[in-house]
Amino acid sequence: MLALEKVHTHYGPIEALKGVSLNVEKGEIVTLIGANGAGKSTLLMTVCGDPRASSGTITWKNEDITQTETAKIMRSGLAVVPEGRRVFSAMTVEENLAMGGFFNNTNYDERMEHVLELFPRLKERFSQRAGTMSGGEQQMLAIGRALMSNPELLILDEPSLGLAPIIINQIFEIIEMLRGEGTTIFLVEQNANQALRLADRGYVLEHGKIVLEDTGQNLLVNEDVRKAYLGG
Amino acid sequence: MQSRFSSAALAAGVTLILGFMVLGISFSVEGVVPTLEVSESHKIIGLLIGAGLVFLLQYFRAEVSKVTTKMKGDGQAHELPAFMRTEKQQRVLAFWAVGALLLFPFLSSRGAVDIATLTLIYVMLGLGLNVVVGLAGLLDLGYVGFYAVGAYSYALLNLYFDMSFWMALPIAGALAALFGYLLGFPVLRLRGDYLAIVTLGFGEIIRILLNNWTELTGGPNGIARIPKPTLFGLEFSRRPSEEGATTFHEFFGISYSSEYKVIFLYLMALLLVLLTIYVIRRLVRMPIGRAWEALREDDIACRSLGLNPTNIKLGAFTIGASFAGFAGSFFAARQGFISPESFTFIESAIILAIVVLGGMGSQLGVVLAACAMTILPEMAREFDEYRMLLFGLMMVLMMIWRPQGLLPMKRPHLELKRD
Repeated sequence: MLALEKVHTHYGPIEALKGVSLNVEKGEIVTLIGANGAGKSTLLMTVCGDPRASSGTITWKNEDITQTETAKIMRSGLAVVPEGRRVFSAMTVEENLAMGGFFNNTNYDERMEHVLELFPRLKERFSQRAGTMSGGEQQMLAIGRALMSNPELLILDEPSLGLAPIIINQIFEIIEMLRGEGTTIFLVEQNANQALRLADRGYVLEHGKIVLEDTGQNLLVNEDVRKAYLGG
Repeated sequence: MQSRFSSAALAAGVTLILGFMVLGISFSVEGVVPTLEVSESHKIIGLLIGAGLVFLLQYFRAEVSKVTTKMKGDGQAHELPAFMRTEKQQRVLAFWAVGALLLFPFLSSRGAVDIATLTLIYVMLGLGLNVVVGLAGLLDLGYVGFYAVGAYSYALLNLYFDMSFWMALPIAGALAALFGYLLGFPVLRLRGDYLAIVTLGFGEIIRILLNNWTELTGGPNGIARIPKPTLFGLEFSRRPSEEGATTFHEFFGISYSSEYKVIFLYLMALLLVLLTIYVIRRLVRMPIGRAWEALREDDIACRSLGLNPTNIKLGAFTIGASFAGFAGSFFAARQGFISPESFTFIESAIILAIVVLGGMGSQLGVVLAACAMTILPEMAREFDEYRMLLFGLMMVLMMIWRPQGLLPMKRPHLELKRD
């Protein structure tokens, strides 16, 4: 469904991605793990078209989107939960969710109901300002907001960032539930252990290059991965 | 105790020294020799009283700040008083307010109506800039440029094409909007300080262009004898400007009075302001209004949701500019004379001050602030040379007591009841 083919991305003279190829098939959970500065976020942002890939092609639903406008990409059935949540803190939960469905107004009520079912906590906080909620609740809101556009592919950028272990577990449970509904998920994580447990397949990114590609289970027991990312 | 006394004494001392420079010495010319002399005794006494006040304020600072923090509130929007909380009560209140404003010109003096008209122009400008600064969060320091575009549009269209005010009004708004669009296109990629500087430059470019393009605009001489608006073709002058036309007083068979014109201009300004308020209220409740707000909060989140920040900002810029255009053409019609001097940077600064003083994004706040900013300097005229000093003092006090503005924006949604 989403495929990157030898993608290079530069920040000025610095090459952040050095020929990355990967693909995500329909119905899969694919995870991308890597250390700080490996280029995980850059890869995601390149998919969204900001920054642009300097060479290589990105295909989404059999269409080349390498040079497509960011806004257009984001309206084509692909939703991103940005790193660090980025909810609209002065707006209420309801308004945040409404922003998620800004461009896709079909079945608005149904989708709203669905999101509130997935996250009962958001229902309790429906009229509360997003900025007054806890980090975990904000992360749920960020995911809910992304789901409001009814995406075919959900991209999550470090959803466990800065959350307590118990909340992280909840978030991963929800990701699993979404898989059950048939949403394709591309998960970028530093929390390799949990991400790999959940994922069908995984990629390991190091210094802008994919160094390993395997099923989640295999990566989990891989000696190198264990050493580098899972603490021995 | 010791330090409390000494710091208060120090503050009083500084006040005395600084105040003496401004008030204590006067400068006069005797023949050709400029001389400095100590001012009259009442000024010195006033200065001493002022220093005493500063001393007391500093000495009882803890007690004073207790009162001020109470007034400051929790930094959040204040609760409205009980009689204007529900939508219905607000509507009734707004109805009465409009009624009072409609009656006002018939019950007060000509001078008061004139100032009120000026205030309404500033209300309109404040509301327009509020869309750009308060709602979309784009700091625009060159807003007066669009005001000038509006004013000159009417003046020039009338001069060269003999166009009436009512025909020129929409064109002036559209032209100002076009300028907003053209300026916004390249600059809205910038943010914060950079945007402010570029817009500041744009305001100046417009003014300097008007000043130097003498063949078209008359340069620093300005354009004079711009006709006043008419009521369905009825003029408000003593005699019709053209042969065969009727004037307002002739048509209604009443004797001529120059007051009709003033009242008519006031009512027109009021109508324009009400229209502006209505349009912006609707816009805020539309998706574009929510997008402005979202964009002000988080640019990246907006992009991740597929919003195009440049287009949304451009929308705010264009709409804000068009209101300045309307205000400008009304200003030209009211003054009857415009020159580039009316559109200096200080105007931009005043309009921006209105928005900030009122509380960013809040319409009612902007209206109140516009009244304060135009009426207070008028009322303080008796203090002549100290007028601006007084104005500055007011601003400083505002910063201390209500840094979030007079009436900060109350977002149009319901809060959960907490019991």
